[in-house]
Amino acid sequence: MATVTLSHVTKRFGGVTAVRDLGLEIRDGECFSLLGPSGCGKTTTLRMLAGFEDLDEGEIRVGDRVFSNSARRYYLPPEQRDFGMVFQAFAVWPHLNIFDNVAFPLQIKGLSRADIQAKTRRALADTGLLKVQHAFPGELSGGEKQRIALARAIAINPQVMLLDEPLSNLDPKLREEMRFEIKDLQRRLGFTIVFVTHDQAEAMAISDRMLVMRDGVLQQVGSPIEIYEKPSSRFVFSFIGLSNFLPMEDRDGRSYVQGAPEAGPLEAPRPTGAAGPTWTLASRPTHIDLSAEGGLRGTVLRRVYLGEVVEYRVRVGPHELRIQKGARDQVFEEGAPVGLTFRRCLGYAESSES
Amino acid sequence: MRPRRFGTAELLLLLSILILVVVVAIPILLIFWNAFVVEGKPDFLRALALLKEPDTLEALKNSLVIAGGTTVLSTIIGVFFAWLVSRTDLPYKGTMKVLFLVPFMLPSFIGALAWKILLSPRGGHINRLLMDLFHLEDPVFNIMSLGGIIAVETMYLFPFVFIQVSGALERMDPTLEEAARISGAGLFTITRRITLPLMMPSILAGALLVALYSLAHFGVPAILGTERNIFIIPTKIYEKIYASGGNFEAIRTGTMLSSILVLSAAAILYIQSLVLSSGRFQVISGKSMRPMVLKLRGLKWPLLILSVVYIALTVVLPTVTIFLVGTLKTYGLAFKLENMTFDNFTYILFKWELTRDAIWNSFYLSLSAAAVTMLIGTLISYVLVKTKIRGKFLLEFLGVLPFSVPGTVIALGVILMWSGRFGVNLYNTAWIIFVAYIARYMAFALKSTSAALEQVHDSLEEAARACGASKWQAMKDVVLPLIKPGMVAAFFLIFLPALRELTTSVLLYGPHTRTIGVAIYTLNEDGETVYAAALAAIALVIIVLGQLLIKRVTRAKIESA
Repeated sequence: MATVTLSHVTKRFGGVTAVRDLGLEIRDGECFSLLGPSGCGKTTTLRMLAGFEDLDEGEIRVGDRVFSNSARRYYLPPEQRDFGMVFQAFAVWPHLNIFDNVAFPLQIKGLSRADIQAKTRRALADTGLLKVQHAFPGELSGGEKQRIALARAIAINPQVMLLDEPLSNLDPKLREEMRFEIKDLQRRLGFTIVFVTHDQAEAMAISDRMLVMRDGVLQQVGSPIEIYEKPSSRFVFSFIGLSNFLPMEDRDGRSYVQGAPEAGPLEAPRPTGAAGPTWTLASRPTHIDLSAEGGLRGTVLRRVYLGEVVEYRVRVGPHELRIQKGARDQVFEEGAPVGLTFRRCLGYAESSES
Repeated sequence: MRPRRFGTAELLLLLSILILVVVVAIPILLIFWNAFVVEGKPDFLRALALLKEPDTLEALKNSLVIAGGTTVLSTIIGVFFAWLVSRTDLPYKGTMKVLFLVPFMLPSFIGALAWKILLSPRGGHINRLLMDLFHLEDPVFNIMSLGGIIAVETMYLFPFVFIQVSGALERMDPTLEEAARISGAGLFTITRRITLPLMMPSILAGALLVALYSLAHFGVPAILGTERNIFIIPTKIYEKIYASGGNFEAIRTGTMLSSILVLSAAAILYIQSLVLSSGRFQVISGKSMRPMVLKLRGLKWPLLILSVVYIALTVVLPTVTIFLVGTLKTYGLAFKLENMTFDNFTYILFKWELTRDAIWNSFYLSLSAAAVTMLIGTLISYVLVKTKIRGKFLLEFLGVLPFSVPGTVIALGVILMWSGRFGVNLYNTAWIIFVAYIARYMAFALKSTSAALEQVHDSLEEAARACGASKWQAMKDVVLPLIKPGMVAAFFLIFLPALRELTTSVLLYGPHTRTIGVAIYTLNEDGETVYAAALAAIALVIIVLGQLLIKRVTRAKIESA
């Protein structure tokens, strides 16, 4: 069983706490993403999993086996963890050809020649590299280099795969393709994936479950749907997709936009999560309807045609909102007054991101 | 725009080509001409016959042994120390790294002088000490041998390998090693199968530089070998030219040997460019993360002591020796306070015309050569990097020449060119040394100014033009300020080595145009060991002050930027 368990994991660099009291269980065979802005501690977490960093506090277990334990100062060296790992900058060895790159971990294990041949060819076939096995990495494209790194990582048939922003050095089209290939490999070979990324769309597309981190602190764990539909904080809401925030205040049992009483009261009921007389309304650009009459009153500032959708910038008092409508919906001119209705919105007590 | 046949760019190109032809190309051509052409006809057989003379053959063999031995030894020491300071938890790594670069700034012929004082078979202080202590009949060490020359050359040349390899180790993407680690490999396997092969181009590049320098160096073999009849190509050339008073056969032998030097230097540089351009070994760094560090555990302190002892033996001991010997009233006296005096230094600095002149000559020659070479280098680099005109390939070819011409060859070339054959006779004047310095250090100027110019993207100049600046204004207000650090670097890269130059000057000096290097060398030849050491001590002080000045200047640059 390759269940990966982290308990009370803390890591400090000098005076900075990179990861703070992280507790987590990554289930056998799932694809789990660590998501967050750069410097949030996600890469440090992965490197602690791999054994490249010691822990200042806490324990890491895989199945029943302890891999790292700070209290006992016990750390299984990276080379004995039997993980597969793919690095952001590929880290394919330029002095070895493709075959030798992929065969390396098998040679280290001391397998027989025939075994090495067979397993290397399997990994090369699985990643579509058989044709170029005698080429050197310098002759190949970024996408192919990443395939070499993948092939090398799956060659020993690991139970756990660690992927450190493996797609961020690829162009967007290739990135999408590789995403599917990684998922496909996982389905066939059944390993657990721990995937580090700063790209929320990538995390949503690939993960069974994901974690959002910020400044070394876990913000939320859940499936992509849970996290997109019910962000636990204003930070997660803004990180996980396009977002609009409006500061609200309650008077006489109704909610008004702060600084814009003339826009009228909010017609929808006050969302749960909003406590106190002032709160923040959060909504996605696609979840707001526009109409000529009624709703929260605003003015169209700009209109941009984006093909399938039309994007409006609408001013409400001192605030500006981003709203996306279908290209075939009713069109509003720049400068025209419009009414806003929130089909879906959430409320947060925090007034700003910090 | 009106069509132009011949504009500023063409003029600059022509000027650059002309300078390189006069300063470098013709002298080299004259060497080959003299070596292989007799009375207007090519004659390779006679040239080969000259090479078969026993003494030239011996010099060729010695060159091969010394260059080979120095290269192998420097590579081993350089790689080991580079690995120690960048891949282990050696204490005081940072300090040690700086210390390993110190031998770079010490002139090797001064080191050779110190080692001769310490380890010459009969008179060497250490030898005498050991013989007294253990009542030995024979000296223990003989530095005046092939092995001794190799050892001393290695002390001052290994930093070439050290710099290349430690730089490459630091630039290397650490995930390349981590990937091997997560694949199950231990540190030893990673070093053998990943790190060392990836470092190979840097190791080779450093080793080839060592080979190039040990082949072309005059000072160490001259001081340690000549007395014992051990000659290598540069010292043989010197002997031929000097002993024979300019007879034709001697010059022919000299030019033959020079041709061999040029061709081997060109071969070495060609191999180096092949090694460095093979993209297979590119190890671009990704995120800057701390590389894996080997824990030395019990070996930590022994290895630190080894490094410190190495520095003490190769840097401190020779330097102290030079200073101490420089204070002796007479050479051979014991190092006691009553035998020491500062008078030697004041005599050399202020009273003795020979040494006073030498210091002054070195100063104004290296200052003017550095300034002029830097300006010419900037001009040529500008044409090479920034212009697109026909005929540039000619300049590109000529621009490679200065890199492959050893100092001895340049000296012989300028002798052939400026001794009245073409109507100008500069022989025995300071001008001939000045011309030779320009040729010798052109490579340095070209390297750092072209690197600086390549950093200045064309769009910066174009942006200035788009804002209404003329070509000249864009040059003056945008390009020049941006490449100024490169020009300053070029100046110092020439000024400091020129200040202590020996290989070229020793073939060109006249009665009143000794340089510091030449003065130290001739004083030593004449048995004036104390004055040689005192002048060497003064030279060391000047060099150290110069290095500190550079640090100051370049740091001020960085801070103001």
